[in-house]
Amino acid sequence: MRERCLIIVTLMSLVSLPLWMGSDYYINIASQILIWAIFALALNVLVGWSGLVSLGHAGLFGMACYTGAWLLEAGWGHFTAVLGAFAMTILVSAIFGALSLRTRGIGFIMITLAISQILWGIAYRWIGLTNGDNGIIISARPTPFGIEMDTPGVFYIFTLIVFLLTMLIMAIFYQSPFGVSLRGTRDQSRRMSALGFNVWLIRFFAILFSGFFSGVAGLLFLYYHQYVSPHVLSLLNSAEVLLMVISGGTGTLLGPVVGAGLVVVIKNVASAYIERWNMLLGVIFVAIVIFMPEGLVPGTQRLFRWVFSRIKSIGAAIKSEAS
Amino acid sequence: MTLYIILTINSITMGGLLFLLSAGFSLIFGLMRIPNLAHGALFMLGAYFGVTFLRMEVNFWIAVIFSGVALAIIGGVIERLLLRRLAGQELAQVLVTLGLAFIIADVCLLIWTGDPIPLNAPESLRGVERFFGIVFPRYRLAVVVIALILAIGLWFLLERTRLGAMIRASVDDPEMARVTGIRVSRLFTIVFALGAALAGVGGVLSGPILSVYPGLDAEMLPLALIIVILGGAGSLPGAFLGSFVIGFIYNFGQVFFPDLAYVVLFLPMLLMLVLRPQGLFGKDPL
Repeated sequence: MRERCLIIVTLMSLVSLPLWMGSDYYINIASQILIWAIFALALNVLVGWSGLVSLGHAGLFGMACYTGAWLLEAGWGHFTAVLGAFAMTILVSAIFGALSLRTRGIGFIMITLAISQILWGIAYRWIGLTNGDNGIIISARPTPFGIEMDTPGVFYIFTLIVFLLTMLIMAIFYQSPFGVSLRGTRDQSRRMSALGFNVWLIRFFAILFSGFFSGVAGLLFLYYHQYVSPHVLSLLNSAEVLLMVISGGTGTLLGPVVGAGLVVVIKNVASAYIERWNMLLGVIFVAIVIFMPEGLVPGTQRLFRWVFSRIKSIGAAIKSEAS
Repeated sequence: MTLYIILTINSITMGGLLFLLSAGFSLIFGLMRIPNLAHGALFMLGAYFGVTFLRMEVNFWIAVIFSGVALAIIGGVIERLLLRRLAGQELAQVLVTLGLAFIIADVCLLIWTGDPIPLNAPESLRGVERFFGIVFPRYRLAVVVIALILAIGLWFLLERTRLGAMIRASVDDPEMARVTGIRVSRLFTIVFALGAALAGVGGVLSGPILSVYPGLDAEMLPLALIIVILGGAGSLPGAFLGSFVIGFIYNFGQVFFPDLAYVVLFLPMLLMLVLRPQGLFGKDPL
């Protein structure tokens, strides 16, 4: 009951956010957080539920951005562009999976990184196709059911709807037999294989699933900025989304969302004061790995418990001294 | 014809530089099972150290050596202070090296600014040498010779010395090596420092050819990855051969398929993954 109340209150405040959040700047940041949260949820399917760490997810994200932008640029409608972008992202995810699933662990990281670098290279160097470093600008956001999405508030609501749908699908996916068998391949791949599950195929489908939602996030990102440049495919982008997943705590549904919120807020706050976002990102990476290897949410809990137990023991020591 | 000769010379030079980059990467990966994602950043840092030493009017070769030593110290410190604490946690180690890569790249941007800095080749090696009517730039020849000498030196170190035997034993079977009394953890520090030093030396040597600029790290890291996947993790001959293969593809690709130069570069890696996942000389798949 309490949980249900909490969910309803959260939902209400999220939906009404454009009304009580004064300036457009903060509404835009909220949209950004939701877009990144979708991306982080997509990566979490691999990192958290499949035990496959991808350092190349910006490749899938960027593939959707570029295909969408390219089709719009070529004069196609929004519907075709979105459909085309999804088809392309799924195709690239399939290639991604077919190659990277030849290995596990460290090899998987290296191959996903290498593939996303190829895509980055194409975007950066094949100027005839991608306009190189200048990127592609798209002229307008789509108007689903005749609703204009030019104001930050309306676009935020649109993003929120997509985000909530993603959360719902992720929750269903997590509990579905497929989700359970996916976690089975993460923990006991040999046993799963002995039980007759096709481990390779399960992982492959997980990559497609993750790729699809990376594409969703990519398209939202494209429509949010109405601009795409090779930067979306960079290692920095892959690293940022991985940081979101890891900092929030892998495996849970809420972790990546919290992580996305944290990273986007820190990034915006930090860039208001200092220019050195990359360095801060690096320091956060090192600090999290060294001090809170299990993620921020469980890590903070552990820290609190430790502090409380220290206070208690100090308190007890003082008491025993006094008596 | 001249074009092909120039391209071939450039490819061999590039191969030599790439060997300095990837030999350390491969050894670190083979021994410690860490893909050191900071390796490109260490290469760039070495090059920038070279810039600073040369500005202090140090002799070029001394600058190369100083840079190598400085990087060896930094590498050793990274291994001792950070990676050591995370022994056995592969993912955590990868993330730490990634974080370090960002930090190093940003520090370089802070100190040496964003402008590309050309490095001057030493006085004595400017100009060209002629053999059989073909023109060879002196500096490039020197780089190839140095890379070959270092390759032979490394091979000697690994195959003919006690330290090398211990490293090879630890690459093959770290558990067993520990049992026989080899201090594998100390080897980790030595190999990491050695790899960083090689990257630093390669960085300075690449200066007069590539010049030094932000983003050099991100350009070099994928090359090291490809070479190790091609040649096989932990294999020195693999890194050697892979470096020259990539050197050729890099230079010829940029002339013949300028748009797709980057894609062509990755094709051999994809082929290798499909046909022989352990790489040319590797024992285990990645």
